[in-house]
Amino acid sequence: MDATAAVPSDAIVFDGLRKTYEALEGSIEALGPLSFGIKKGEFVSVLGPSGCGKSTLMLVAAGLDDATAGAVIIDGRPIKQAFTDLGIVFQDHALLEWRTILQNVMLHSDLRKIPAKELLPRAMDLLKKVGLEGFENRYPFELSGGMRQRAAICRALVHAPPFLFFDEPFGALDALTREQMRVDLEKLWLDRRQTVLFITHGIAEAVALSDRVVVMTSRPGRVERIIDIDLPRPRSSAVLASPEFVGYCATIKDIFSATGILKD
Amino acid sequence: MRKRQFLDAVGPLLALAVLFAGWEAAVVLFGVSEIMLPKPSRIFVEILDRAPMLALHAASTVTIILSGFMMSVAVAIPLALAISFIPIVRRVVYPIVVFSQLIPKIAIAPLFIIWFGFGVLPKVLITFLISFFPILIQAIVGFTSIRPEPIRVARSMGAGAFDMFLRIRLPHALPNLFAGLKMSMAAAAIGAIVSEFIASSRGLGYLVLVANGEMNSPLAFAGMMLLSLIGIVLYFAVELIQRVATPWDIAQRRSTPN
Ligand SMILES: Nc1ncnc2c1ncn2[C@@H]1O[C@H](COP(=O)(O)OP(=O)(O)OP(=O)(O)O)[C@@H](O)[C@H]1O
Ligand SMILES: [Mg+2]
Repeated sequence: MDATAAVPSDAIVFDGLRKTYEALEGSIEALGPLSFGIKKGEFVSVLGPSGCGKSTLMLVAAGLDDATAGAVIIDGRPIKQAFTDLGIVFQDHALLEWRTILQNVMLHSDLRKIPAKELLPRAMDLLKKVGLEGFENRYPFELSGGMRQRAAICRALVHAPPFLFFDEPFGALDALTREQMRVDLEKLWLDRRQTVLFITHGIAEAVALSDRVVVMTSRPGRVERIIDIDLPRPRSSAVLASPEFVGYCATIKDIFSATGILKD
Repeated sequence: MRKRQFLDAVGPLLALAVLFAGWEAAVVLFGVSEIMLPKPSRIFVEILDRAPMLALHAASTVTIILSGFMMSVAVAIPLALAISFIPIVRRVVYPIVVFSQLIPKIAIAPLFIIWFGFGVLPKVLITFLISFFPILIQAIVGFTSIRPEPIRVARSMGAGAFDMFLRIRLPHALPNLFAGLKMSMAAAAIGAIVSEFIASSRGLGYLVLVANGEMNSPLAFAGMMLLSLIGIVLYFAVELIQRVATPWDIAQRRSTPN
């Protein structure tokens, strides 16, 4: 059996997944064929060059777009329509511009019919944690790109979902906030151990957060290599300064160099 | 910011006062005859003198404007929904509606008298015909221009079709809807006047026509001034509702200097 293949007990299984977009100028092979699995409670990052199909992978995984071939199986059930048992952050901020920040985070209450008073304390708590206290009643256009992204992260976490799908959630953040958000996310995850599909461009970020890192090829994205990150948690600054951590980052960089994605 | 709001409110009024003062001065200075161009002060006196009669005509005109406008809304919004969300309607009905706008509506208005007589109906129909297109087009733009992301967010939360419309598509469309409502209101005011020109014995449009025929310029101008006032008041009534209904959009527009 191929080392990268999924096993049936995995919480999420990508099985021979392919996606081809039909565009006016012809079809674009965006993804795959690609197979791997994510275990229950595992934090898996997907790392790959721009345009290799990472966002496509997340959309198909969440049942928001159809696969051209292959399947996504979550908890044993093939995904045929939008998967709702998750918290999701899209690459392009997807706050509703007609709702305030708090109303955006509380959107679950209206759409999932969760009583507002059940959700509100957690919403306020999360907003505070990400430094958005005092901005609850602002509209998205009044916030910076990074602040909007933080609000979107709160919206993905507030209903305590068992699955988290994050597409470059820290992309619009400055280095400092990014670092802080990474630490906070790990803390939150250590509390609840959700099953996480985390898409990123950042090699160090992927290594710092993940149990495993899936390194993708360029478009159409396939699995180049899956790397187990065997580092103690929480990933303190001491851990991140360790030779093991640096070694994992170097390994991934080497893969990108060897495949011609990184050039000297 | 206070100062700017103050200027926003007072600026136009001040400009209007200057315009009237200049008009008054020009008429006196050049000795323009009252038939050519009455002084504003003469027009105001005319309005006060004939207030009860003018009010009756104004009431008739406002009724026509509002009836035609409401008919436009009642027809355009469901039609926009059908065109936006039912592909077959979009392909079959939409082109017909767009082509119908190429017909010069004012030219076919006299036909309406032949078809519907001299009552209120032809006037409301002419007003409807002239005012219904902007709201239709803007509603279609509003319902169809949404980015995929908000839809995806809602689908990930298991939103049904009803919530998808009420919580996502409708609020997204509101700024466009209001833009259309304002344009339609302005068009309805014009439509009502046109209808009164050709098919009425009542209303300010009719009054202006008759006063012109009698070379009674002060009365004609009084009628026109009231028509303008009615148009402005109705337009800003919609604007006011818009401010309450779409605070995010208003605030956003205010914060972008232009
Ligand atoms: N809706 C679409 N229609 C046609 N082609 C698309 C569409 N969405 C994505 N693609 C194409 O599919 C490929 C993969 O896109 P995708 O957004 O998944 O990349 P990505 O890995 O997320 O890139 P980035 O890191 O820059 O976000 C790209 O080449 C893109 O041009
Ligand atoms: Mg992407």
